[in-house]
Amino acid sequence: MSSAITLKEAVKWPDLLASGHRLCAGCAEPIIARLVLKASRGAIIATTATGCLEVATTIFPYSAWRIPWIHTAFENAAATASGIEAAWKAMRRKGRGPLAKYETLDIVAFAGDGGTYDIGLQALSGALERGHDFTYVLVDNEAYMNTGIQRSGGTPYCAWTTTSPAGTVIPGKREWKKPIDEIVIAHEIPYVATVSPAYPLDLMRKARAAFEVEGPAFIHAISPCCRGWRFPPNRTIEVARIAVETCFFPLYECRVEDGRPIYKLSPPSLAIAKKPERKKPVEEYLRIQGRFRHLFRPERREDLIERIQRWVDRRWEILLEKAGL
Amino acid sequence: MSETKPGWRELPFGAVPYKPSLEYHTGDWGVERPEFDLDKCTRCTLCHFYCPEGAISFEAGHPEVDLRYCKGCGICANECPVGAIRMVRKE
Amino acid sequence: MSEQRLLGLNGDEAAAYAIKQVNPDVVAAYPITPQTIIVERFSEYVADGLVDTEFIAVESEHSAMSCCIGAAAAGARAFTATAANGLALMWEMLYIAASLRLPIVMAVVNRALSAPINIHNDHSDSMGARDSGWIQIYCENSQEVYDACIEAWRIGEHLEVQLPVMVCLDGFTLSHTMENVLTLSDETVREFIGERPYIKVRGHLGEAEFRLDPEKPLTMGPLDLYDFYFEHKMHQIEAMEKALRVIPEIDEEYAEVSGRSYRLLHPYMMEDAEVALIGLGSTMGTVRHVVDRLRKRGVKAGMVKMRIFRPFPAEELLELLRGVEVVGVLDKAMSFGAPGGPLYEELKTVFYDADEKPIIVNYIYGLGGRDTPPHLIEEAFKGLLEVKRRGEAVEPLNYLGVRW
Repeated sequence: MSSAITLKEAVKWPDLLASGHRLCAGCAEPIIARLVLKASRGAIIATTATGCLEVATTIFPYSAWRIPWIHTAFENAAATASGIEAAWKAMRRKGRGPLAKYETLDIVAFAGDGGTYDIGLQALSGALERGHDFTYVLVDNEAYMNTGIQRSGGTPYCAWTTTSPAGTVIPGKREWKKPIDEIVIAHEIPYVATVSPAYPLDLMRKARAAFEVEGPAFIHAISPCCRGWRFPPNRTIEVARIAVETCFFPLYECRVEDGRPIYKLSPPSLAIAKKPERKKPVEEYLRIQGRFRHLFRPERREDLIERIQRWVDRRWEILLEKAGL
Repeated sequence: MSETKPGWRELPFGAVPYKPSLEYHTGDWGVERPEFDLDKCTRCTLCHFYCPEGAISFEAGHPEVDLRYCKGCGICANECPVGAIRMVRKE
Repeated sequence: MSEQRLLGLNGDEAAAYAIKQVNPDVVAAYPITPQTIIVERFSEYVADGLVDTEFIAVESEHSAMSCCIGAAAAGARAFTATAANGLALMWEMLYIAASLRLPIVMAVVNRALSAPINIHNDHSDSMGARDSGWIQIYCENSQEVYDACIEAWRIGEHLEVQLPVMVCLDGFTLSHTMENVLTLSDETVREFIGERPYIKVRGHLGEAEFRLDPEKPLTMGPLDLYDFYFEHKMHQIEAMEKALRVIPEIDEEYAEVSGRSYRLLHPYMMEDAEVALIGLGSTMGTVRHVVDRLRKRGVKAGMVKMRIFRPFPAEELLELLRGVEVVGVLDKAMSFGAPGGPLYEELKTVFYDADEKPIIVNYIYGLGGRDTPPHLIEEAFKGLLEVKRRGEAVEPLNYLGVRW
């Protein structure tokens, strides 16, 4: 049962992503990966799309993965996982083949926002439509970080990136963050959840729920990047927390019951729903990141900050409606 | 990368990595390391979960950091709910 | 030799039927003319419970190969089929499948690459993939397609090879033309291919079989910097060299079971040939017919059908063609901007340092499904005879059947 996970138990579980990887100091991705893997039920096979997580953990001749793991390409984490899942299913059906003995097998695909929102969307959509029994974990650091901080469909409005720089004429990215969760929920898969590494217990419980569900499960993790978002490395978890506290990145689950999407806010966001005065202004989130610096200096861009606040507020309202609150 | 590397016939089939990352000590990356005040520490274990390297273990019943891997990011010190961790400069 | 059943099958159906008997774990495919019959027929087998295969109706060819890679990496037998732009779409994954050393089998129903869009046969698709590291088998008729789709598993999975195999068949000409095919029994096929063997590797967590297994984890597809990539490519180069020896061994085994002997090259009337055509695929059937005609007229004509293009059987070609005066190379693809077609270039390279070599000329033909009837082949032979008469090639690069 997913609610049975506690920190006291989980602290004893082995780290399936070992130390000695070369992700940046303060990177959220290994925190997220470690937590997801801690929730594995036992037998597990993982694939990772090209990106920071993949590259920095497998620089030949080293590997940090203590589980069977494969990287193939950038846009096909979901397709690679589909193939692994089909192989397992076939062997189970035949009662023959090396994976036939695993009654349960956690198949997990890790991919960044690059490999999900944009180039990876097709493979993801196909895998979800076909209903493969696997978990897709989107580690969202909101830009193509591994290639040097270029914008992606997941980059938020007004964020500075190298391909959406904050110039004198254009203040950062012009487009809004693609609503990937809604797109995935529209595929009517059994389980979708958003997580933040600032809430490790919530994350692990949702990862466990995702593994347990039969069929596709999708976990969207906000992954603050101190390099690309421009904040000191010791504030990663802080940023991941304020994202939730400002409702910029609300935490919730969505399950399909009887053909209907049922939304359930998670405790940190539910607390805000119950006491709206707890909701922090989005400015508190924007201020601590250098990628939004141009909204405050040399002059305060009230118009843009307001627009962002309205976007946050509207999406929060819609979410509350969907959750029946 | 200056020591002699294996020739192609000595490398494992299929470009399979043959060294665990544990052999790669990232501990020299950082200029700081965490110092634990075990009297203040409530054993909440959050530092173990927040460490990007998984370098803080509770095997001893209290937090211990493996300095072979600690990159000195300072997340643990910033997050400890009771301020039991502070970052100190390495010698 | 085992009991065989005669069936009327077109090339696509022959492939599908062979794969049905192989009963792979996973088939992941996306439809594209003229491969569609393979996918459709196989779907029927699945729907009727005649196979245990997991059929993944993928959303693109890139995902088709990605799924096959995931499945093969997990230790399964995986198959796909495609053509032309489908093959082009999975281009990066072809290289990845080969360099990850996964013995996937794929049927490529040769079709011209766009643009303009053309659904008919030429070899531009598989020729474009000749650098990818896949073994390439070219088939002349449905029988060869059937047999290759069975042998391919043993070739690719051989412990000294471990490479994916592409079985090429000409679109429409072969894929949609019904022919007589002698088929083995299900048990014979099962016995011949056996279970998939795995190589043992020394991974970072100890020794393991080269596949994804929770009990013996290993990492596949790492990041190589400039200090290791070159060495890893040497592994692939060596595997291709070994394949040249392994393929005839498998062919011999298959001959005992089927009564049909295959080799890397299939010469016809070459013992005393003065002029010869060499090429791949179904057109070689037409060439054989023309050789017979010419022989009746006293022309010492011969032909060589290349069955295996990758790995390139250089030594065998040197042996076979050194005494011939003029060799015409039939290329059903052109490398734009190159001195000639792909087979022509490779053959000339092989002969450059030979002490005894024929005059080699190139005939680009059949692009986009341009029909190549016997009279065009006769024209080619006429050209070779003219070269023989002059003692030199006036025009090394010729285009057979195009309107000027």
